[in-house]
Amino acid sequence: MQGAQGRRTLSPVFVGNSHMIDHALPAADALPARWQDYLKLLKPKVMSLVVFTAVTGLVCARVPMNPVLAAVAILCIALGAGGAAALNMGYEGDIDALMRRTRARPVPAGRVQRQDALGLGVALSLFSVGIMGLAINVLAAALLAFTIFFNAVIYTLWLKRRTPQNIVIGGLAGALPPAVGWAAASGTAPLGAWLLVAIVFFWTPPHFWALSLYTREDYAKAGVPMMPVVRGAASTRRQILAYSLILAPLGLAPAFTGLGGPAYLAAAAGGGLILLILAARLAASRAGEAPGERRRDDALYDVKASSAPARNLFAFSILYLFCLFGALLYERWAGLAPLGFGR
Amino acid sequence: MSDPNLESPAAAKARRGRNILLALSLAAFVVIVFIITVVKKGGG
Repeated sequence: MQGAQGRRTLSPVFVGNSHMIDHALPAADALPARWQDYLKLLKPKVMSLVVFTAVTGLVCARVPMNPVLAAVAILCIALGAGGAAALNMGYEGDIDALMRRTRARPVPAGRVQRQDALGLGVALSLFSVGIMGLAINVLAAALLAFTIFFNAVIYTLWLKRRTPQNIVIGGLAGALPPAVGWAAASGTAPLGAWLLVAIVFFWTPPHFWALSLYTREDYAKAGVPMMPVVRGAASTRRQILAYSLILAPLGLAPAFTGLGGPAYLAAAAGGGLILLILAARLAASRAGEAPGERRRDDALYDVKASSAPARNLFAFSILYLFCLFGALLYERWAGLAPLGFGR
Repeated sequence: MSDPNLESPAAAKARRGRNILLALSLAAFVVIVFIITVVKKGGG
């Protein structure tokens, strides 16, 4: 193995497994994989959002939990999300290489081998689910395992390259972390947990489709059937508005089920109103119809004026979700009682 | 003339960084399992 190593990129995960050597890139193409590349495989930004929503679910369960075990549960959820991300990046290296937004990722850039990314994903998935089951409870472990399975198999392997409903159905994987957090704290997953799941689920299409309106050329080049590529920009804008019309009132629901208090109601009402205004403006625009709507390849927000309504909704959708879940966390932290409606 | 099979300084540095990350990950795993065991055995 030593003689064959040369300047090839070898993952420490697989050093000692001689069968993996065959998959290393040739010296001329390979750059040395730095440890930071393995962290990038975990999609830290997505992981932070997953942790944020999972912590909200855990706190909203209102069950006293040993802080060490709570930290372990959150770590498991974070590593589970990271494992799913590594599996996703390992499998999608071919289409990531075709899209400007993703071609600098470690696998398409040739710094990390596909098999190494998949191996890291499997290892982290097994670790996170195993520790969750042993240290926390079986329900939380089962929900975490289902989340990883849904992301890696149902979304990445099955839906993403086959249907424009890919991110709608696959969005369930990104929506489940609040239920995992809730189950970790209480050992149950009642209606309140699934309400949080539903909010993230219906948030996903307006969020991703707004982005894909001005990145559709990349998706088309990579052969990914995103909604703007398959059904066109006008249909996508209408569907974004339809999902926003569901999401805004759904976002208010926790205030009427004993989950959210006055701060939550204010955030959901104000945020929902702005979301609807931005979605209506987007529906009335021609965003996603002109070619080359991004000014820079590596920027998500620097777009031409014609795509500004899509960019604005994409950016605000992140703030909206942050405000909803942040309000729930704030109310628990500040000791604000939930509103009495419907209890 | 340099041996083309020799590892470059950049590759050696990258490999060292990866190995340190792996060592820290393994140490963290042991510490986590130990802490969980202490908490669970303590009835926490």
